[in-house]
Amino acid sequence: MAEEEEESELSDKQKVEIAKWFLLNSPPGEIQYVAKDVKSILNSDDLYNEAASEAFPFYNKSHLISLQLSNRSGDVLVTSFGELEGNAFLEPRTAQVAMVDHVKQVCTGVRPATDEELPSPYVEEFRCNLDAEVIKYVEETYPKGVCSVYCASGKDVEGPGSNFELAVVISAARHSPQNFCNGSWCSIWNIDFKDDQQTVEVKGKVQVGAHYFEEGNVQLDAKHECKDATLFQAPEECALAITSIIRHHETEYLASLEASYLNLPDSTFKDLRRKLPVTRTLFPWHNTLQFSLTRDISKELGIGK
Amino acid sequence: MEAAMGLMRRIPPKHTETALSALLSLMPNHSSDLLSQVDQPLQVLCDVQCGKEFILCEYNRDADSYRSPWSNKYHPPLEDGSLPSLELRKLETEANDIFAIYRDQYYEGGISSVYMWEDDNEGFVACFLIKKDGSKTGQGRRGYLEEGAWDAIHVIEVGPEEEENTNYRLTSTVMLTLTTNNESSGTFSLSGSIRRQMSMKLSVADGHLCNMGRMIEEMESKLRNSLDQVYFGKTREMVCTLRPPSEVAQMRMPES
Repeated sequence: MAEEEEESELSDKQKVEIAKWFLLNSPPGEIQYVAKDVKSILNSDDLYNEAASEAFPFYNKSHLISLQLSNRSGDVLVTSFGELEGNAFLEPRTAQVAMVDHVKQVCTGVRPATDEELPSPYVEEFRCNLDAEVIKYVEETYPKGVCSVYCASGKDVEGPGSNFELAVVISAARHSPQNFCNGSWCSIWNIDFKDDQQTVEVKGKVQVGAHYFEEGNVQLDAKHECKDATLFQAPEECALAITSIIRHHETEYLASLEASYLNLPDSTFKDLRRKLPVTRTLFPWHNTLQFSLTRDISKELGIGK
Repeated sequence: MEAAMGLMRRIPPKHTETALSALLSLMPNHSSDLLSQVDQPLQVLCDVQCGKEFILCEYNRDADSYRSPWSNKYHPPLEDGSLPSLELRKLETEANDIFAIYRDQYYEGGISSVYMWEDDNEGFVACFLIKKDGSKTGQGRRGYLEEGAWDAIHVIEVGPEEEENTNYRLTSTVMLTLTTNNESSGTFSLSGSIRRQMSMKLSVADGHLCNMGRMIEEMESKLRNSLDQVYFGKTREMVCTLRPPSEVAQMRMPES
């Protein structure tokens, strides 16, 4: 009891930390529900607001949530690649900057991007060509996919002779609370244009999550990383080559996820509990006397445990 | 309390322990409600007297000690810890022996414990527990799992005898996590927790142990099946909704 009382003396800071932990561990698309419960448990608007203001931006960026631009000219992805100061996020395709209210998860305003916020015409040509190819791929592959291509470094490179990096971000989310199921697919591809080596290095990180909660709570959490490379070519060729690398690896990955699921019933799950006993017949509850007899005999013979 | 249960339905099951201790510290006034309503992964202690491990739960706890089903002694020792009646203890001992064989046949390893105690209305309550570490560093025979835990809790309320029949009310919970990890497919982790109930009126002619055993076996198979087919299946469906695999089907013709 003494311990419990000690524990009840949580500092406000500890309470905020716990609240943030719950918020950050929300399954895809469920942070608003978690927030409601956290708020009612904390029973203090100040503490809740503090936790929410710290946790939501982090959650939104790590889940790559997409928000409709307030002028309805498309969507903006909330990702660190597009993050500018003051809760603003760049939408490179339309060269706009979206103001984001993290806790409400809405875009509250849009302004045109300034020249300083956009890459040089040289880099933009690579970015824009890649964007066009990735859009085609995402449209035919993800029924609800949103994608964007950012310049991750070297945006002021004016021409050949220097390295720069692009990042392809793909996010597909499906929320159907009425079917007790939510899920998200996030992939981030770092594209490193190495001018000195005349190669383009591609590094991918894919994260897939799903939550099914009808009369239970079951969650999938899958992560995968991979690497590939292609030649440094003209923007159009690079765009095609990189998109085909992305398509190839994501397709392979989906196939390996399918394989993991197929292996479940007969191999993976068996190491936890078998479908049938080793004897392949139901357990003989009506005749357990045989076990006590066997045990007595093995005891007498000095075998067994 | 409702909000707390709401959170437990959403937080990934592999974080249940952390979530529960967080809730306990935030809501110390609800600690007994939380402990009785939230199932958490089972803990194990070694019975020093017989060198065998046993499972801890609310049902074999008295103060800060836990009773071992093997020696019937509390760990750490407790002077006047409550014990089942001699008659019930006899059934408990038998149940532990038989259930250990049952566990071995289905789980190929793992730990089990059965606890019984008298309840207020002339019947008794029995709690059957199983814990299995199926990871390749644990007792996973096939070595597929990087991480693999199965915890099953079955509580059966056995009513008083009425004209040679008895009512059995079973509440079962299974919690599991499994993670596979390899170069080509990365980490693949599923975790889940489900709870179901079942009631039956059975003749006592076969004996309580036989009746309870059959119910548990049926229930465990049902739970395993619904986790495997329904729950894991639903997360798989979700993945296919996010990125339909039509391409895969075209690209990957059956190899055999």
